[in-house]
Amino acid sequence: MSGPSTYEPSNGLTKWLDQRLPIVRFNHDLMTFPTPKNLNYWWTFGGILAVCLVVQIVTGIVLAMHYVASTQDAFASVERIMRDIDYGWLIRNIHANGASMFFLAVYIHMFRGLYYGSYKSPREVIWILGVVIYLLMMATAFMGYVLPWGQMSFHGSAVITNLIGAIPVIGEPIKTYLMGGPAIGDPTLNRFFSLHYLLPFVIAGIVVLHIWALHVPGNNNPTGVSVKDVKKDTLPFHPYYTVKDGFAIIVFFLLFAYFVFYAPNALGHADNSVEANPLQTPAHIVPEWYLLPFYAILRAITFDIGPIEAKLLGVIAMFGSIGILFVVPWLDTSKVRSMRYRPIAKQLFVLFVVAGIGLGFCGANDPDKFVFKFGPDKLVVNYVDTSGVAQVSGRFDNFEGAGGAQEFIAKLPPSSGASVAVSEEGFKWLWLSQILGAYYFLYFLVFLPLLGIIEKPKARPPSIADSVRKKHASVPAAAVNPAPVAAE
Amino acid sequence: MRFAKLALSSLAVLGIAAFGVSAIAQQPPVAPPVDQPAAPPVVTPAPDGAVPATPATPDATAPAEPAPVVAPAPAPAVAHAPAADHGEEHAAGGDHHELTPKGGWKHDGAFGTFDVNAMQRGFKVYKQVCSSCHGMKLLSFRNLGDVGGPFYDPVYPNPNDNPVVKKIASEFMVTKIDPDSGAMVPMPGIPADAFPSPYANAIAAAVGNGGAVPPDLSVIVKARNGGAGYVYSLLQGYVAPPAGLVVNSGQHYNAYFHGDTGSQWVGKDPRNKPPGGFLAMTPPLQEFDIRLQRDCVEGAQGGTSCDQNTFDDGTPTTIEQQAHDVAVFLAWASDPKTEARKQLGAAVIPFLFLLAILVFLSYRRIWRNVEH
Repeated sequence: MSGPSTYEPSNGLTKWLDQRLPIVRFNHDLMTFPTPKNLNYWWTFGGILAVCLVVQIVTGIVLAMHYVASTQDAFASVERIMRDIDYGWLIRNIHANGASMFFLAVYIHMFRGLYYGSYKSPREVIWILGVVIYLLMMATAFMGYVLPWGQMSFHGSAVITNLIGAIPVIGEPIKTYLMGGPAIGDPTLNRFFSLHYLLPFVIAGIVVLHIWALHVPGNNNPTGVSVKDVKKDTLPFHPYYTVKDGFAIIVFFLLFAYFVFYAPNALGHADNSVEANPLQTPAHIVPEWYLLPFYAILRAITFDIGPIEAKLLGVIAMFGSIGILFVVPWLDTSKVRSMRYRPIAKQLFVLFVVAGIGLGFCGANDPDKFVFKFGPDKLVVNYVDTSGVAQVSGRFDNFEGAGGAQEFIAKLPPSSGASVAVSEEGFKWLWLSQILGAYYFLYFLVFLPLLGIIEKPKARPPSIADSVRKKHASVPAAAVNPAPVAAE
Repeated sequence: MRFAKLALSSLAVLGIAAFGVSAIAQQPPVAPPVDQPAAPPVVTPAPDGAVPATPATPDATAPAEPAPVVAPAPAPAVAHAPAADHGEEHAAGGDHHELTPKGGWKHDGAFGTFDVNAMQRGFKVYKQVCSSCHGMKLLSFRNLGDVGGPFYDPVYPNPNDNPVVKKIASEFMVTKIDPDSGAMVPMPGIPADAFPSPYANAIAAAVGNGGAVPPDLSVIVKARNGGAGYVYSLLQGYVAPPAGLVVNSGQHYNAYFHGDTGSQWVGKDPRNKPPGGFLAMTPPLQEFDIRLQRDCVEGAQGGTSCDQNTFDDGTPTTIEQQAHDVAVFLAWASDPKTEARKQLGAAVIPFLFLLAILVFLSYRRIWRNVEH
């Protein structure tokens, strides 16, 4: 799409270099790359993500200079960074909150791709590479969360490694290799540290492929209409999109700085400031917020299907919910890229976003607790009847008085071992996560394939240039595009 | 010509950036809060807190601001307070009704700073009460004299030279290798030493406390939901157990502990189980004198000729006040860089805001002739 290079070496040195390593030409071509002129702010998250990756790698390299990967010293070494290293608190707060910012940006970037159909032909490879990056990000973030060796670090890693162990046949050996032994300990921490340092560079490599793949077909745009006329439809990347991305990056940094300076622990968990203790399990093991939707899907499967046990099904559903993203380009049968022109798909997409966020809340809450209660709490009596069978009584409103739980116990023989328990009835988080999880899969497996056939899309603009002209119809034509540089 | 203007505007952006960077680089060290007297009051290492200080006539060295008055702890509404959600003895508690001092914490908010007098009194409480069971192994004595620390003295930018810190360190016995014999012997600490832990290891701590290991207090405020408010509430939460609550021997009922009372709420409606839980720690705070007295250490402000008994900051000796002060001290100990962090944020965020405006104007200028 970029066409022949317009670069002309201006002096002897660049001419000499251009014939040997055309790196100046390469940069020139990137900067002049024709970019659709109608990209909105949702398109700035690619640049934001590149900056996030650089921030994480730079701060991470500094942290690795001071971190000690040993179960004895890891917790204290992280606290030492916060207390005794010059600006260590700043570097660590940036790195820890930077992970959250990275995921915030990647989720917006992915939702943007899903809404505007950026995964559709000819951009399938860009999308698939993006999903690979996302998977690697999750692996990197998970291993990074283990390194401070707090309670959530330890018990969270135990939950995840056990999941892998649930995979038939190959699960157990993989789990053992991952942990470096039969249990989580020093070997686990050391290999997690090693991989946590390695994977960001793998991500960086795939980001290069992702951008390379982007520069073959060029950017998608909010209309989804392909570039027809490079002169009318596009602008050179620099300065038009460097300045627009630059502005968005600075605004993003404002949010980032708020967390780093004023709420550095808001996205974390108090339990992770308690040093890991294998003998004491936290009441609620939860991952970091960005993994919560998948954690909710994992826990939503509480039932066996045929010979497959619930635990394995949960693992399948969780990995499936990410794996399904790889085939989205072929699940969506619609020829229309942008959901701006797809009235039904647009509404289902909004529900999909709501379901994703809702699953995050489900993941954060105890599945057996209630989203809302049906009524006031009542009482039940647990007892053993005369034939030795455990029984649960009906529900009582009162503890004392006529018709109360105490009266019921008084009628039972002393050998019944009666005890009173609170009986709560309400809408469980588990049920909500099952509903939302089902919607997640329905969206990809049923709605996207079906809509391409039954949905009647709205009229699309004939070209990008037409789509922007329509908005400014009242502007006199002479004022519209006087600068010849705009399309060069 | 457009690019000449572009170059100009990018120069302006760079100028702002340079200004911002220099503003960050020139962050002055934290000056002592203005409400401090010229001679920062420091803890007198009295062997016990019961030394009666002569009631002082108000003099110029008294702090201009009276010590914070903390709200007396209301008796927890046992019957109506929401019951604890969880039954584990650790951070993930379910009580959401922590006490807050009257007027909130001075160190809260975007510009909040630690109350230095409260930190100094809080350290006194830690030293005389908490440190007999709880270590603070992530802190060294020198941290007390760091910028923003309770005993920071601008005369001594290197906290290892701070005479008050030296004196405090020397009052703790630290087990070290004797260079003459190679044996491990207790000797007086120096500012570079870490706070000694009262027990050799977790097993010794458990044996000495009926199986319950007293947690290290270095990061306790970060490690508990509720933070400083939790510490403040817990220390005041040793109320009489409500009738019907069975308290086993070696246990103490605490209305604010992140625990569960359900299994020991016998013969009563379980929906009305009292809040809080049981912990092994005996009520630690007694009424004792935590008033700050002028320190008479050679080299410290005040010098050797000062009279310890002429200074009285008027702090009440109540358990509420002690709980407040030790919570402030532990909040500082958990995150000693809080003030530096907020100060840097106050430079970075306005800088980013200005930069955003400039870049937005550049964006408008570059795109002004493009319909999009």
